Parts: sequence; C-alpha cells; structure tokens
Amino acid sequence: MLLYILRRIALALPALFGLIVLTFVLSRVVPGDPAGTLAGDAATPAQIADIRARYGLDRPLLEQALVHVHQVVSGDLGNSLFSGRPVSEEIMQRLPATLELTFVALVFATAIGVSLGLVAALDHNGPIDHVVRIVSVGGLAIASFWLAIMLQLQFSMQWDILPLRGRLDVALGMPHRVTGFLLVDTLLAGRLDMFGDALRHMVLPAITLALPGLATITRFTRSGVLEALQKDYVLYARAAGYGRFRLAAIYVLRNAVTVTVTQIGLLFGALISGAVAIEAVFDWPGLGTYAVQAILSADYKALLAVTLVVGVVYAIVNVLVDVAQALIDPRIAQQPR
Amino acid sequence: MSALRQLLRDPVAALGLAIVLFAILVAAFAPFLAPFPEDAFESHILQRLQPPSAEFWFGTDNLGRDLFSRVILGTRSAIFVAVAVVLSAILIGVPIGLAAGWKDGWVSEALMRVTDIFLAVPQLILALALGQLVAPGLGAAMVALTLTYWPFFARTVFAETRRLRGSLFVDALAGIGAHPVRILLLHVLPNAAPAVLVRATIGMGFTILTAAILGFLGVGAAPPEPDWGLAVAEARQHLPEAWWFATFPGLAIMLLVLGFNLLGDGLRDAADPRLRRSRR
Repeated sequence: MLLYILRRIALALPALFGLIVLTFVLSRVVPGDPAGTLAGDAATPAQIADIRARYGLDRPLLEQALVHVHQVVSGDLGNSLFSGRPVSEEIMQRLPATLELTFVALVFATAIGVSLGLVAALDHNGPIDHVVRIVSVGGLAIASFWLAIMLQLQFSMQWDILPLRGRLDVALGMPHRVTGFLLVDTLLAGRLDMFGDALRHMVLPAITLALPGLATITRFTRSGVLEALQKDYVLYARAAGYGRFRLAAIYVLRNAVTVTVTQIGLLFGALISGAVAIEAVFDWPGLGTYAVQAILSADYKALLAVTLVVGVVYAIVNVLVDVAQALIDPRIAQQPR
Repeated sequence: MSALRQLLRDPVAALGLAIVLFAILVAAFAPFLAPFPEDAFESHILQRLQPPSAEFWFGTDNLGRDLFSRVILGTRSAIFVAVAVVLSAILIGVPIGLAAGWKDGWVSEALMRVTDIFLAVPQLILALALGQLVAPGLGAAMVALTLTYWPFFARTVFAETRRLRGSLFVDALAGIGAHPVRILLLHVLPNAAPAVLVRATIGMGFTILTAAILGFLGVGAAPPEPDWGLAVAEARQHLPEAWWFATFPGLAIMLLVLGFNLLGDGLRDAADPRLRRSRR
C-alpha cells in the first residue's frame, strides 16, 4: 500500500513541474516587459534597467526559469503588484475560507448524492428514478453564479432569513485564528453564537457550490449501484434471503462507491472553479474573490500564484482520492498501472 | 440513420435534441424574432427597469432595453462561442491524441505530459489566467477556453487510438502496406468519432457555462454586447427590485445547457451498448 501511495505521488510530480514552467512562460511572454510593468508608467529608462537588474530580468531566460522554479519550490511566489505584499502570505490567509466552503459543499454533495443515487437505483425506472435523473441532469445545467443570486434574492432579500454576504456577522468580531476554518475556530473559542452565525453564512454558498457536484455524484452512484446489482454475489445474497436495503448497504454500496470516489476527486476541480464565481457573489473572503480582485487590478503575479496553488491543491486531493479508493477496494493498489 | 432512430427513441435525448435545434433556429433568425432588434446597441433611458408586460415580455434592463430581445440576440453569441471553442479544441486535441496514441516513444510521452499539465489546473482558473494575460475581451476568452479544453479531446482520442491500434483490422491494413496516416485518418478516426461526438456535445454545454462565468466576472463579452452572463452581472446592482433582469438571462443559460447535456447523455447511451443495458 505504501508503495502504491509513493508511486501515485511520483506520478503527480511531472505535471506540477510542468505547471511551474507554464506559469513562468506565461509571466514572461505574455505581459510584455515585466520590468516596465513593475516600474510603472512614469519610470525613466534608468529606473527600468535598475529594476531589471534587481529582479534578475537581465539574465538569460533559462537561468531565470531555474531561479523561478527554485523560488516556487521554496514557497516564494513573489509580491503582489497591487498590494506589494508577498502573494504567498495573502493566499495562505485566504485559502482556509475557500477550503472550508469547498469541504462543506463536498460533504453535503456526497451525503445527498450517494443517498439519491442509491434510492434511484433501487427504484430503477420507477417514479423516484425519473425525478432523480431529471434533477441530476438539470443540476449540471445551472450557472452557479446565477443560482447564487437567485437564492440571495429569495432567502436574503425577500424573506430575510439568511445572511446576504460574508463569512460572519461583523458585529460579532472574529474568533482567534487557529486553523482559519471558522467552523472550527469558533468552537475552539467556545463561542456557540459565532458558530451558529458562521453556519448560517455557510448555507447558501455551500448549497450553490454543492449542486453540480451533487448531480454528478448522484449519477455515478446510480449507475454504479445498477451495475453492482447485476453481479453474481448479489444474486447469491438475495437468494440467501437478505432484505433489499440490508443488501444494498452491505454488498452493493461499497462496490459501487469506488466509481463515485474517483468522481469526487475530479469534482474538486469543478468545485474550486465554481467557488470563484460564488465567492464573488457572496463576498466570501477566499481565493476566488482574491482571483477576481487580481483580474480587476491586472495583478498577474497574484493570478499566476492562484493558478499554481490551485494546481497543487488539486494534485494533493487527487492523490488522496486514489489512496482512499485503494483503501475501499484493495484490489486497485495491486493492479500494475 | 439507425443511430438517429435509436437516439430519438430515448425521450430524454429527443427532448435535448429539440431544445438544441430550437436554440439554433432562434440564433439563426434572432434579428427577425426579436421584437426590438435595435436594442442590441440602442438604449432608451426613459423606460429603464420596467417589469415584464405585454410590450416587454421579460421587462427592460438598466438602460431601458427590451430584455426579451437581448436574450434572443444573446443566443447567437452563446452558440457561436461554444461552436468556435469546441471546433478549435477538436482541431488541436484530436491530432495530438491520434499521434500520441499510435506509437510509443518519447514523442507520445511528451505530448501526453503536456496534456496532463493543462489538466492539472481546473479549467476556469486557467482560462481566467490566460484570458486576463492575453487581453480581456471575448476573443481572448475564446482563445483561453480553447487552450483549456483541447486536452479533453486529446485524452479521449488517445484512449480510443490505443484501444484500436491493436485490433485485427488495423494489423491487416498495416500488413497490406497502408500508410499510418491513412490508417489513422480513414480507419481509426471514424471509429473514435462517437466518443469525440459525445465529448463535443457535453463540451458545448460546458463551454456555454464557462463563457457565461467569464462574462459575469467581466473577462468575457464587453458591454453593450447582449451577453447572458454579462446581463446577470449588470442586474446585480438592481436587486431585489428588478428581479426579472437577473432571472431571464440565467434561465436562458440553463435551458440551452440543459439541451446539450440531455443530448450528450443520450448520445453516450447510444454510443455505448454497455451503458444502454444498465440505463434501461
């Protein structure tokens, strides 16, 4: 198993290295002269030359690339062109907000999606199955930013029962930062009122973000269960007198769910993408709003750093997913790839 | 033709096809169908933000333009963007997939590693970075979407080519001296076409959604273009009063994407007999 995990990590590394190279190419080729950009519009040629020397931009391109790789690997993503602060610092400050939202959405999508998929498969071609199928295709067709606005319009503006934006009511202050996850930090601080408020702020963004994932997980669970139901061991268990739901829970679900777990890994990318637009709508202070801000202020340093960080998180999640899959189904780790 | 009949027998796929055909017709005749086609660019500030009525079915927007007309006119750019992006992605991805799948060796390795790099970042994030760096605007957004979507075609065709290259008919063709390019284009590609078609259909829906997000975030279409994502973004400042302004463009996105997704779903079932059995 350990060998499998190591091999899986080794497989992810080349793509990440390539990503670093890609961001380097983008940062050098596309915005024209980075030294000119850094120096500003009013800079004299001497100042530009000075900046060029200071940032090593007068060195051969290959040397610059190596320096860039070294910097990125040691965690230095450069300074934001907008705030002047180190980008890595700003990102680390905002990453927990996005991860928390994504994680809650993922748990929600998985819990509901697996149940819906199972119920639909057990009611194959029945009324529940049809409804679930329509919902699962429809859920993928809705633009997340639009759904976010519609929910805001209904629940926050018209009925006023859920907060419109942000992670926490400003009047409550902020809990002492330990993990950056508000649902954890508020509990650690022993502030149940804050926890409740954080949860209320979480509802609309999490539901919006979860919907496409929920749809995908439902579909894959449904087809996985349908396939597993046709296996001989299920026929045997049925002949041995197992009830429908006990059969599903013990024999079918575990075998069906490996396909679903793969999807969860792939979904993570969709969730992070969805988070960009959803965070913008709900003013959620995470990576998404940071990226949008970087776009508006033409801060390519920040934008490329976000791309890199998301790539790394994405790779880590997919390694974790493969490991989880191997734990559920040990046969996977033994197959030569 | 039997494939088409097969497809139409599935009511869900038939519905998807109907929606897509309807949208294509609307896009083709948009200037004739829209009650106020000149509202693509003209504004009438005196009749701004009027609720839906007999004259303005979907109400008017913040510049007094008929929203119904603009939703109809927006169909055109939505479909145009999706077709252009998916076709360009096919033109890049399919040859790479064919070439990489045909032979082992460093060329194949290198091609698939490059594909992996593009797949290592969620599509929207990469599109945002590319679109912004090139120059914000609809053209840049389309280039960015193409550059981030071709790897999906490369992967699909790569897998199909790998599967087919060991088959007997390919061996036979090689045996009688057929040129590899001829085998790939005339024999492997047609067999991979169903998988590409399914990918392309789903990709259409996906591209429309992503393009709408880009428009919403201000890196896609620019005003006064009648773009759905852009309209939702403009509508945000006028909520909750002008609910219609945000609602109808979003519904249009949903309907069109739903059409492509249903159609793609049906095509996938029709193309894969194994799935056909389990779905019924």
